[in-house]
Amino acid sequence: MNASSFRFIDTKDALSLKFTGELTLYNLTSYQKQIERTSFSKEKKIILDLSELEFLDTAGALFLNHLQNHFHAKELSVEIQSQHQSVLAMLQLTQKQENKIVTIPKKKKRSMVEKLGVGGYKSYLRFLSFLAFMGELFMHKLHYLFSYKNIRFKEIAFEINESALKALGIIALTSFLIGVVIAYQSSVQLKLYGANIFIVDMLGLSILRELSPLITAIVIAGRSGSAFTAQIGAMKITQELEAMQTMGFDPYRFLVVPKIIALMITMPIMIFVSDIMAIIGGMVVANLDMSITVEMFLERFSEVIAIKHFLVGIFKGPFFAFLIASIAIYRGMLVKDDTQSIGFNTTKSVVESIFAVIICDAVFSIAFTNLGI
Amino acid sequence: MQNVIEVRGLKTQFDERIIHENISLSVPKGSIYGLLGPSGCGKTTLLKEMVMLQEFHGGAIEVLGKKLQDIGYDDAMSLRREWGVLFQAGALFSSLNIRDNIALPLVEYSDLSEAMISEIVAFKINIVGLKASDAYLYPSQISGGMKKKAALARALAMDPKLLFLDEPTSGLDPISARDFDALILKLRDLLGLTIVMVSHDLRSIYDTLDYAAVLDEKKVVYEGNLDNIFGVENHFIKTFFSGVQR
Repeated sequence: MNASSFRFIDTKDALSLKFTGELTLYNLTSYQKQIERTSFSKEKKIILDLSELEFLDTAGALFLNHLQNHFHAKELSVEIQSQHQSVLAMLQLTQKQENKIVTIPKKKKRSMVEKLGVGGYKSYLRFLSFLAFMGELFMHKLHYLFSYKNIRFKEIAFEINESALKALGIIALTSFLIGVVIAYQSSVQLKLYGANIFIVDMLGLSILRELSPLITAIVIAGRSGSAFTAQIGAMKITQELEAMQTMGFDPYRFLVVPKIIALMITMPIMIFVSDIMAIIGGMVVANLDMSITVEMFLERFSEVIAIKHFLVGIFKGPFFAFLIASIAIYRGMLVKDDTQSIGFNTTKSVVESIFAVIICDAVFSIAFTNLGI
Repeated sequence: MQNVIEVRGLKTQFDERIIHENISLSVPKGSIYGLLGPSGCGKTTLLKEMVMLQEFHGGAIEVLGKKLQDIGYDDAMSLRREWGVLFQAGALFSSLNIRDNIALPLVEYSDLSEAMISEIVAFKINIVGLKASDAYLYPSQISGGMKKKAALARALAMDPKLLFLDEPTSGLDPISARDFDALILKLRDLLGLTIVMVSHDLRSIYDTLDYAAVLDEKKVVYEGNLDNIFGVENHFIKTFFSGVQR
């Protein structure tokens, strides 16, 4: 194959642009630069010499068309020289198409104010859709309350096993470690004052009231909440949710409410397990590091820690569970028809539910303190 | 003849983009009715509106004598038991095997005995041309054609009067596609179904449809049987049907 090249040939009455070899999108740019650098002001006639051009692709043909139009606009006469059928055919094809081509309009750029407005309006709509979700959820819960037949025991049992019982191991382990860490950290301080036995007060209060519910909620949000979102999101993409709707299986009744109820039932139990494990963790450290025997620990525990502290922690469970499950499911429902939005919404679901749990905890903290509990 | 579906002056829009404007059509009982048109003309959207998956913004749709625009919860639920829908990719419940997928509506909506349900499921599996040995496979383990057949069996589980098919032959090889067409015709005659389908498959359109509505440019440009379709002055119809001998 001949090497491709391009050069100007100046004849008396015309300037000839000679292309040889191939004119394709690979060598087009360098030719274009050469031509742009040249001024054609003195010329009257331009010859596009394609007689030795063997191959022309669409980009090259479009380029030649542009050149022609460009010269026509400068009132120069243009002549094309070529015998190659394929080259001429390609030129003709692009010329024909060029009349039809509608340039794709550029996306409108938005100003800062407009972006703020659109963003604000979108969040407002999202808030409304969350309210709508909550409303629908509430209606379906009422349905549950009023008719025993509507309760889907099988689904609830399945969810209890899936999202709670199977999470007990990880909750027990995390709680145990948290108990160890808290006890270990405070033991150094307490030993300074010879106040070893107060480790029991400290552990009892902090773990039962705050730490256990929070740790459990965070583990469940990360483990079961994200699973809810991903599962419902995937069902949405594969049209399983739509199939359920057309078959008259209300997704709320079959998927949503059982999950929420299962989590609300099991959350207090999981918090209870977490309480036990964290206290055991603390007890181990107290025994090894501060020489407080198990008997001493338990005696002191029953003396100073009132039952109300335990009940406060357990009481928070269903609320946290409701927040985690409903946010996770709502996020699952928001998944659109692309795979990316599953990841996005799963992340959002975990972040938002942990955030909601912490806010809820803060509200409870203030309320209980003011109530003197 | 009685009409199973009546659409009058339907309007749909997504944000500012208008999808349907003043669409009217009617599906006669016992017919196989096609929704045709270029991609993006809103065929699937119209189908979704008929099965209450998509809201519309004006006009009226009446399905089996019930007006969808102001339907109540109980009416909607009973209506949903009277139709079957076949989605483009099947939409089988991925956590259930084929047998349970087909049995699910029966288990939920009827008080039939386990043995009776098994018998019905076996019958449906047989009628759509699946093998009995496939019954315990999961949707992830079977081919696209089998998924469609299984989904059709599920759609037929409650013996609906009305069947919606969204591109039933897309993604099937030509032989399976023709088999599927034959199956649809057979089912119509056997069970007296009314079938509404969205399709792009020219052979399938010709072999199965009694009536068709062509949607283009937000409107219905043609409604009626296929014999008269060539006289219509429309770019889509001209190009789409040009490959067919008259």
